[in-house]
Order: sequence, then structure tokens, then C-alpha cells
Amino acid sequence: MIPRYQTVLFIVLLAASAVMGTVLWQLRERAHQRLLTGEDSAPTSAPLVAATEQATLLVANDADNSLLEETQALPLPQDPGTRARVVLGKLLDLYASPDASHPVAGGASSILQVFLLPVPAVDRAPAAPAKAGTPSAGAQQTGPELAVVNLAGKFAASHPSGLETETLTVESICATLHANLPRVTQVRFLVDGAERATLAGHADLTRTYLAAPAVPHP
Amino acid sequence: MSARVKFRSSSATSNKARRGLPFWGALTVLAAAAPLAAAQAPPAPAARFVVVLDAAHGGDDAGGRLSGGQTEKAFTLALSVRLRSLLAARGIAVVTTRESDATIDSNRRAGIANHANAQACLSLHATESGSGIHLFASSLAPAQAVRIPAWKTAQAAWVTRSLALAGLLNSALLHAGMSVTLGRTDLPGIDSMTCPALAVEVAPESAPGQAPKSALDDAAYQARVATALAAALLEWRTEARQP
Repeated sequence: MIPRYQTVLFIVLLAASAVMGTVLWQLRERAHQRLLTGEDSAPTSAPLVAATEQATLLVANDADNSLLEETQALPLPQDPGTRARVVLGKLLDLYASPDASHPVAGGASSILQVFLLPVPAVDRAPAAPAKAGTPSAGAQQTGPELAVVNLAGKFAASHPSGLETETLTVESICATLHANLPRVTQVRFLVDGAERATLAGHADLTRTYLAAPAVPHP
Repeated sequence: MSARVKFRSSSATSNKARRGLPFWGALTVLAAAAPLAAAQAPPAPAARFVVVLDAAHGGDDAGGRLSGGQTEKAFTLALSVRLRSLLAARGIAVVTTRESDATIDSNRRAGIANHANAQACLSLHATESGSGIHLFASSLAPAQAVRIPAWKTAQAAWVTRSLALAGLLNSALLHAGMSVTLGRTDLPGIDSMTCPALAVEVAPESAPGQAPKSALDDAAYQARVATALAAALLEWRTEARQP
């Protein structure tokens, strides 16, 4: 006959063993996860720094309702879409600075994406007939492009309301895109990936803007 | 013009009477006197000069937030009422797109303006950005008038007149001591109007980087803007009546 106190002691020791085993298993899993994460984030190759190039920004000025050309040295990637995002990010950084001539909050993070798409054939001017023997495959890649600029919702929400200020923001984005990517002839805007009626109550964001006329002539 | 037409008609009757119909004798005397009567009659009234005032926003659409907790829709309505009074006092017929805090879409606004067959249409806006008065004409390229214009580009045939009106308003506002900026923009309401149409945006008056000299909630500034606009529209009426 096993005494009662021995039975109780056996059950307590068995429960303690089970708890310790569970804790040890969890600690092992955590250590394993930490190891895997460390492997993922470990730098295995040096980051590539894009070469610095001259970018042309058309900076809006609220005082006289004009766009002023400004040249900035920026590290510009080769991919046109990323290049457009970097240039527009710099433009919006200027607007977010305290002494901005066109104050708009948000900065570079307000440009979520810039997509470049070929302009639909129906919207294009009739092209000159191709010469005999000229390959036509390359024509699509060198043709005019439509830039779709996806803005952050917080940028539109915090943009000052007004006909002049909203028009200047839209025109400066269009003109800056065309100045740095001459193939961009049309621009459309999205806010958080969706169509929006106006930027802040005035500038129409449902239409396609022509980029070239927005560039000021000397 | 209509007086001259009446005179020619009377002369024709007179010539017919002189061809020998006896019972036209009495009428001959009357017909001979008709040119004199026509000359003494007051000149026929010129075409009715109508101005459309469009107070932007309203109802659910409050527009921008202005100084002193004011909304853009309230400011534009107050300016529209003030300007309407000034113009009516000078004998100009005024049609407004809204008289209360009502939601009206841009198509309805353009429809009201086009129905009025107006000689000037002003869409009134307000902002805290920039300085002085911002005048915007449609950015549509000028085009020849067509019998049935497309709704979204109806303003194209009127752009040249709209730019002329912008020039006149610019002169009047500068003369009143206000700073003015001119521009072109795409506004769905303006682009569908078949009249010389402008968007007039009122901003506080200030030098760059300095506190505003005249804030939007300053009643004296609002009165100055309305008076200058009324003076410009009077001048526009005078130009419109010149041959």
C-alpha cells in the first residue's frame, strides 16, 4: 500500500516536470526564430548608391502664382518609375520645409508610387509613317507615356484648400515629371490607390492632365 | 437699331401711297409724319445686361477652413449677397446660383449660368493661401463657337472674352490697391459655361512672410473687394454696350 503523501508528491513532481518541459520548448522555439531573423537581416552585399545627377524641379510660388525652375543634385535610380518618385519626393520635401514658397505638409512620403504606362493609341497624335525596313517593335517603348501618381491620403487631407494652391501643386508635379522624363506627356492622380474627385475641394483629380503645357515658357 | 428699322418701314409705306392709291391719301400724311415721330421716340432699350454670381461650395461641401473659424461656403455666400446688392443698386440684373446654404453641383451651376444668357459669370472662392485676389480663367484652348457645343468644353468658345474680362477685373482691383494674380485652371463648372466666366478667389492681403494686412474676416476688406468687383462689372457693361 503506497502512502497518500507519496502519491501527492509524485503528482506534484510530474506536473512540475511537464511545466518545465513546456517552458524549455518555448525558449527553444524563440531562440530558433531569433536565429532565423538574424540570418535574414544580415547584410550580405554592400548597398548600391545611385549616381548623383541633376534634376530639374518646377517649384510653385504662391506669391505670384508661378512655377520657378530649380536644379538639384540628387542620387537618381535608373528605373524611370523610381526616378520619378525620387524627383517628386524632393519637390514635396521643398514644400514641407518651413520657408517654403508653396507650403504643403507631407514631404517625400506623400508620393506612394509613380507608374509609367504607354499612352493609349487613341489619345496620341497620328505618328509619321515608318520607313521601310524599320523595326516597329521599339516604337511602343519610345512613345509618349502616362504617369499615374499615387498620393498618400494624409497629403490630400492636409493640403491647404484653395483654387490657386491646389492648381499650383498639380501643375508643379506635372511640369517636374515632364522636365525630368520628357516622354511623360500625360499625368493622372490617385489618392491611396483610388480615384478622388478633388485634391482639397478645388483641383479636379478625375481628369488626365497634359504634362507639357504645364512647363512654363521663358 | 430698332428705331432705324421702324423708320425704313414707314418710308416704304409712304412710297407705296405716292404710287396713286387715292384712299391712301390720309395715310400719306401720317406716313410723312412717321419719320419725325420715330426720331422723337425714346431709343429702344439695349440688350439686358445680366451677371451671374456663383457662390462656390455650400451644403455638405463646406470648402476650405478660413480664419476666425469661418468656412469658405459662408464667406462666398456673404460676398455674393454683398456684390448682388451693389450691382442691383447700379441697375445690373443679377442671377445667383444659391441664396442659402444648399448643395449644388457644378453642372447645375453651369446650367443656371447658361440659362441666364449672361454677359459675365463670376464663381466666388476664398482661401487662406497666397495673397490678394486670384483670377482664374478656363484653361481650355480658344475655339470657334459651334451651334451645339460639348457640355464639358462649352467655355472654349468664350475663353477669349473671359480673358478680356480677367484683364478688366485685374485693372479694377489694382486700381483699388489690391494685389492680383492671374492664372488658368480646370474647373468643371466654369468649363461648361457659355458666357465670359472667371473664378475669383479671395485671399488675405499680406506681404510674403508677414502677418496679413487684411484678413478674410475683416468686413472692410470684404467691402473693398466687392466694391472693386462691382466697379469692374460696370465698366464691362459700358464696354459691352459700345458698338
